[in-house]
Amino acid sequence: MTNHWVDIKNANLVLIMGGNAAEAHPCGFKWVTEAKAHNNAKLVVVDPRFNRSAAVADYYAPIRTGTDIAFLGGLINYLLANDKIQHEYVKHYTNAAFLVNENYTFAEGLFSGYDAEHRKYDKSTWSYAMQPDGYAAVDETLQNPRCVFNLMKQHYARYTPEVVSNICGTPKEQFLKVCGMIAETSAPDKTMTIMYALGWTQHTVGSQMIRTAAMVQLLLGNVGMAGGGVNALRGHSNIQGLTDLGLLTNQLPGYLTVPGEKETVYEEYLAQRSLKPTRPGQMSYWQNYPKFFVSLMKAWYGKAATKENNFCYDWLPKLDKMHDVLQVFEDMHQGKMNGYFCQGFNPLASFPNKAKIGGALAKLKYLVVIDPLATETSEFWQNFGEYNDVDPAQIQTEVFRLPATCFAEEDGALVNSSRWLQWHWKGAEPPGDAKGDAEIMAGLYLRLRDFYRKEGGAFPDPILNLTWDYAILDRPSPEELAKEYNGRALADIPDPKDPTKMLLKAGQQLDGFAQIQDDGSTACGCWLFAGAWTEKGNMMARRDNADPSGLGETLGWAFAWPANRRILYNRASCDPAGKPWDPKRAIVHWNGSKWTGFDVPDFKPDSAPDQGMEPFIMQPEGVARLFALDMMAEGPFPEHYEPFETPIGTNPLHPKVVSNPAARVFKDDLAQFGTAKEFPYAGTTYRLTEHFHFWTKHAVINSVLQPQQFVEVGEELAKEKGIQDGALVKVRSKRGYIKAVAVVTKRIKPLMVNGKKVHTVGVPLHWGFKGVAKNGYLANTLTPFVGDANTQTPEYKSFLVDIEKA
Amino acid sequence: MALQSLDIERRSATTTPSPSVREPMKVAKLIDISKCIGCKACQAACMEWNDVRDSIGICEGVYDNPMDLSADSWTVMRFSEVEPEPGKLEWLIRKDGCMHCADPGCLKACPSPGAIVQYANGIVDFHEGNCIGCGYCITGCPFNVPRLSKKDNKAYKCTLCSDRVAVGMEPACIKSCPTGALLFGSKDDMTRHAEKRITDLKARGFENAGLYDPKGVGGTHVMYVLQHADKPQLYHGLPKDPQISPLVSLWKGMAKPIMGIGLGLVALAGFFHYVTAGPNEANETEEDEKEEQ
Repeated sequence: MTNHWVDIKNANLVLIMGGNAAEAHPCGFKWVTEAKAHNNAKLVVVDPRFNRSAAVADYYAPIRTGTDIAFLGGLINYLLANDKIQHEYVKHYTNAAFLVNENYTFAEGLFSGYDAEHRKYDKSTWSYAMQPDGYAAVDETLQNPRCVFNLMKQHYARYTPEVVSNICGTPKEQFLKVCGMIAETSAPDKTMTIMYALGWTQHTVGSQMIRTAAMVQLLLGNVGMAGGGVNALRGHSNIQGLTDLGLLTNQLPGYLTVPGEKETVYEEYLAQRSLKPTRPGQMSYWQNYPKFFVSLMKAWYGKAATKENNFCYDWLPKLDKMHDVLQVFEDMHQGKMNGYFCQGFNPLASFPNKAKIGGALAKLKYLVVIDPLATETSEFWQNFGEYNDVDPAQIQTEVFRLPATCFAEEDGALVNSSRWLQWHWKGAEPPGDAKGDAEIMAGLYLRLRDFYRKEGGAFPDPILNLTWDYAILDRPSPEELAKEYNGRALADIPDPKDPTKMLLKAGQQLDGFAQIQDDGSTACGCWLFAGAWTEKGNMMARRDNADPSGLGETLGWAFAWPANRRILYNRASCDPAGKPWDPKRAIVHWNGSKWTGFDVPDFKPDSAPDQGMEPFIMQPEGVARLFALDMMAEGPFPEHYEPFETPIGTNPLHPKVVSNPAARVFKDDLAQFGTAKEFPYAGTTYRLTEHFHFWTKHAVINSVLQPQQFVEVGEELAKEKGIQDGALVKVRSKRGYIKAVAVVTKRIKPLMVNGKKVHTVGVPLHWGFKGVAKNGYLANTLTPFVGDANTQTPEYKSFLVDIEKA
Repeated sequence: MALQSLDIERRSATTTPSPSVREPMKVAKLIDISKCIGCKACQAACMEWNDVRDSIGICEGVYDNPMDLSADSWTVMRFSEVEPEPGKLEWLIRKDGCMHCADPGCLKACPSPGAIVQYANGIVDFHEGNCIGCGYCITGCPFNVPRLSKKDNKAYKCTLCSDRVAVGMEPACIKSCPTGALLFGSKDDMTRHAEKRITDLKARGFENAGLYDPKGVGGTHVMYVLQHADKPQLYHGLPKDPQISPLVSLWKGMAKPIMGIGLGLVALAGFFHYVTAGPNEANETEEDEKEEQ
């Protein structure tokens, strides 16, 4: 989230799109009811289904799954055509005025630089026109046809209400009604918050859907404002922590990145990531990258990491390509992997095309499952009749199950959607031999290290030199790990303003990331978390809910990264002179000598407004990007592309380029995609309030509340197919079938798309063949093995199915 | 003496006057259907606090589960897809359970002394120890709430967590509700809060929003804020004007003494049957067949 859960109460308008907060985030949804009760806010829900969020919405509009960019692109066109943008904000705080490289083009669904053979772009033209002085060229009058504002206007002029309605199936009046409600928040004293979740991420154009939403919020001046922002509702209690700590193959902790295979030179690796400002007077905060990187390496390798050896840069793996889960299972399926460790993860249930995942696991020599539960993955080799029809005699994979604790059986911090690190204390002792994940990992590491010590091996240094100074070697405590990611001084750190004073003495915990050094005198396991465990103690365990602002800015409650800041980009909540756009939403302001307020200012504290530093300090140009430069895989402006399995078989905007030209797709999977001729209905998967993923089917009460697998079918389609409410149906995709009870409903209506009636079949995903609920089929039997071009997140939300009475 | 909040105002089949020195506050649960997201946290909390577990059932083509109230499910969510105006779909989700009537039909109908009590705070509670399993409370209830347990043949329903309320806590369902759709307090406060909610709903286009506190049963200690108070039956058949069944009045009036004699005769006949023919035992197959039906 750019903002946080409590802040949702400050919105005038809540847009739930690409998510279903009432259903999937019921506790957080309380802040929507607060906004309605105390701020007279309106709630708008845009979704393929009239869901439980829609049940309490002021306005609902249907949309075909996978077409959100068309909807939001149409909204951008509406805002520009009707002059409903916050002009001062757009002019000063976005790159609207920046001139774009003269060779940048967009035509027939493709941006300049496309390489069809490799399905990727040469992105060199997706850049600014540069001035001779090395800075980007701008036209503050916004008259130049090559400025971002005009290119954007031109790009989205195609997304007329008629075009939107034709692609999305949203009736035109309903689309315009939503546009009208959203447009009202372009006033400086009105804000909209956007709540989204996996309904946006799980598409081949998922990242671009979110980007389009961000563009809308920038045009409306809603970023950095209390009650505004683009707010991702995370799906697991600690999935935010997972990304923060870099548990993706191309990431290091704190959003530092793993070097690529060509980045063999340390200095070049750093230079590439610590970009100089591209406009005068800008901060370009990533210039601090070397400090964060060096201190990370010091945390990992201690004394072994020295200036002379580039702080062990050569020990880091260099990536040939992304090894995300789709790639890993592709490799496994091709027999290129021997073993797989699966920790807190149930890929057979959670990954698309169950047949492929099961087939891949069967090619392993060994599989280690670290989990509190017996998962479908750990039992993949057993025959459960139709639910898992395999022959155990044919599967040679040896499976080890290491019982782990669950979250309520251990102390530690979870990072929630609000970016708060909240410490929690265990509520129960783990049963039997269950061990904490850190203990299990430590046990593995120490044994590996022993092998390397005894036998040498090809490359023992990174293993043998890893810092491992925990009090109990095979049981690092949550407190020790927390102190490690906060970081500490390794030597006395002098105060740069007064060298006679010390900022920190050797051994002291860091107060925040401003103290991190690039010379090896500090160690920090995750720079973003610096400040979480200082000399004053565990900041994550704080529980002071005092809220002097009345806006939910409870700085004494837990710790929010970065720097305990609650609303990101909050400098943008003030006009260029440093005065809040809306006095009711005053979270920070310039008091004449410094930035101050109820929140921690997201800005250089002493940079006066007339010095011209802009609010988006992480960007080299200081402003937010309506034009994304080269940061996205498929283009600097989001464009509507159809799901890989599209019910209309074409893209009305550009029939030659139907789906995302840069999306992740493997050759063998192309043959596994269905067409609308064979599978005429739009399928989509989702979650229900009563269950949490594939866990709670192991719990009695959840299973009482929602005992058996079902699919949702609209009344019209049910009638056409002779499907009775409560009857068993079979849903097929190109990859397999499931059988489930039909819930026949008024809440899913057919939509008119490109002259064709499109029906949606809804597939909740919680069931499987382990647990106390009624056994069921894994919903991901149906979904396609294709991922987003940037995040590689699979397209669980849009695929094709057929349905019949079972 | 019992806790103040457990002072009893009325007892079934009892004519002894109740103590009246203390006058505790009347309580009420307010269910704001316009805020309910149907998450069923209240159902889960009810099962947890009261230590009852319904069986893991099946899906019957709706979101509702368990499908009905039972001796193990004292509250269930009822989902209704309705179109009050053509083309304007609404998904109304009503938490169903005991309404805690001020004039409780169950208590009036109950022939067993002290099996049903009404506390001075308004809560209507079943004391299963005194229940004879006759099922008259079911006939007496205008909302079809009490259920007989197959296990012990006694009637069960929501207690409004009388045990929690007695020690100053809110009912478990209230505590669990994430959106504030469930509120608990004095009946006066809840009525005032409802008025504000109704004003808000009217401003949002629900012209007929209103409070459900039906007079036919003397008002209730569980009240609903309805978007369509003029059409309560939209909410899964919530009765528009609930009344205690005329049979109960009949029973309470002239029929009761006569039936009393009748019951006495039956008991006498049973006693003679027992001493002459021994206990009456149903064979197991018969029972099983009945259950399957």
